[in-house]
Amino acid sequence: MSKLFSMAEAIAQFVPDGTSVAMSLQLEQMIPFAAAHEIIRQKKRNLTLIGPISDVLFDQLIGAGCVDRVIAAWIGNAMMGSAYNFRRAVEGGSVKVFNMTNFTLALALQAGALGVPFLPTRSAQGSDTAKGNHFFYQIFSPFEPKESLWAVRALNPDVTIAHVQRADSDGNAHCWGSFGVMLEAVRSAKRVIVVTEEVVAPEVISSDPNRTVIPGFLVSAVVECPYGAHPSPVQGYYNRDDAFFPEYHDKTKTPAQSDAWLEEWVLGVRDRGEYVQKIDAARLASLAIKNHAYAAPADFGF
Amino acid sequence: MVAKKTHAPNAVGIFENGVIRNSPASQLIYTMADPPNILGATQCLEMISVMSLLQSGRVHLGFLGAAEVDRFGNLNSTQVQGPRGIIRLPGSGGACDIASLAHRFVVLLEHKKERLPERVSFLTSPGNGDGPGWRKRVGLPRGGPSAAITTKAVLRFREDGEAYLHSVHPGIDVDDVVMNTGWKLKVVDEVQTTAAPSRAELQAIREYDKEGFWTS
Repeated sequence: MSKLFSMAEAIAQFVPDGTSVAMSLQLEQMIPFAAAHEIIRQKKRNLTLIGPISDVLFDQLIGAGCVDRVIAAWIGNAMMGSAYNFRRAVEGGSVKVFNMTNFTLALALQAGALGVPFLPTRSAQGSDTAKGNHFFYQIFSPFEPKESLWAVRALNPDVTIAHVQRADSDGNAHCWGSFGVMLEAVRSAKRVIVVTEEVVAPEVISSDPNRTVIPGFLVSAVVECPYGAHPSPVQGYYNRDDAFFPEYHDKTKTPAQSDAWLEEWVLGVRDRGEYVQKIDAARLASLAIKNHAYAAPADFGF
Repeated sequence: MVAKKTHAPNAVGIFENGVIRNSPASQLIYTMADPPNILGATQCLEMISVMSLLQSGRVHLGFLGAAEVDRFGNLNSTQVQGPRGIIRLPGSGGACDIASLAHRFVVLLEHKKERLPERVSFLTSPGNGDGPGWRKRVGLPRGGPSAAITTKAVLRFREDGEAYLHSVHPGIDVDDVVMNTGWKLKVVDEVQTTAAPSRAELQAIREYDKEGFWTS
């Protein structure tokens, strides 16, 4: 059975209400905005979002009322600081946050990926981040007496959504650039949706196995979605739409403004194709790669 | 970037998203994952690999920002008390990990009384806790604050774990700094004036951040 899905089909099938979703895993690169917008259009509810830092993607899902809980280290607008929907929801009590640090979130996912209940760390000791937070439990090293550590509880997302440059129709995926916690989130998840800029032949993937970040047998759905990460960048495909982030900041200061923004850019468009059409052509052209920079070929011969 | 072009040409830049660079990105970046920070990198790993370098003690210096910095160099970037309740901020990101695990860290912030309280309202990233010995007692392996560079002064930290006024920036009075600090700031007998940036340093900054996004 083919794993190629439209975005609407993949979200409908693999992101039911109440799901824990790991997304926005590669820090400020390759953020799956197209997938988040489809989640908003399908009015998913009671989601738990998992990610290290989220540029404004989590803010949009929270503003649309999709989210109950967030397990993350940083939620905001990387260029501008705070994100308003997130602030309002947390201050008003409608969203619960489990405060993590980047490293401890990575460890939680890595523990999930390794199939162990926790991993130890020296980080975050003495930090209020860990206080009253069920992801942290103080342990002492069994090998070095009196050595205090945090045990960080394993995390296994119901679904991980990863954005990559290219994948074959089975979900074997190449990615290059910023990995963040994507590898751990893929291996710890119960299901994986791969969103790819382009679908390529299996031979392309197997020609460079060290660049394969996701083996297809872990993947439930492959969605081909050009510009699916806009306004975040995809190395070698398009640049970051830097101007978007201050604009979004200015246009979402109140709930009414945020609703209007979501209506214009998410609810009011059918899919990513229509969204891309709506972006000013000159602006889209300005994001194109100006100077291609190909890696030296690697000889896998024997 | 400035250090590489001036006093520390062999410094290596390490970013939480997994990027390790021997040379700075060729143009201004707004985030560590901007494409210019990937092109020409030495290595692009996953976050946990970079964090392993921090935890095993191979990262000397961390640079951080914060909403609040207190008397013992603890940082808050999670939440502050506003006039009408809690104001939620973005959170730790990797700041807590860097403050916990680097050999030392430097924090930069605007010098305002409300941003320099006696005690942070939420301890996101550990400085010296409540004084000497605290880091060891809670299980941190090393490190701590080395300086807080504000818009008025440079505060440094002594054996007792507490911040003191080390130097004031040119044109700033010691009283101005003391009045705008949320605790009784210790002042050394002869407060120095912060050295003005050299011509080479200024040139490096202005060539990189042409429109002053990060530096004006």
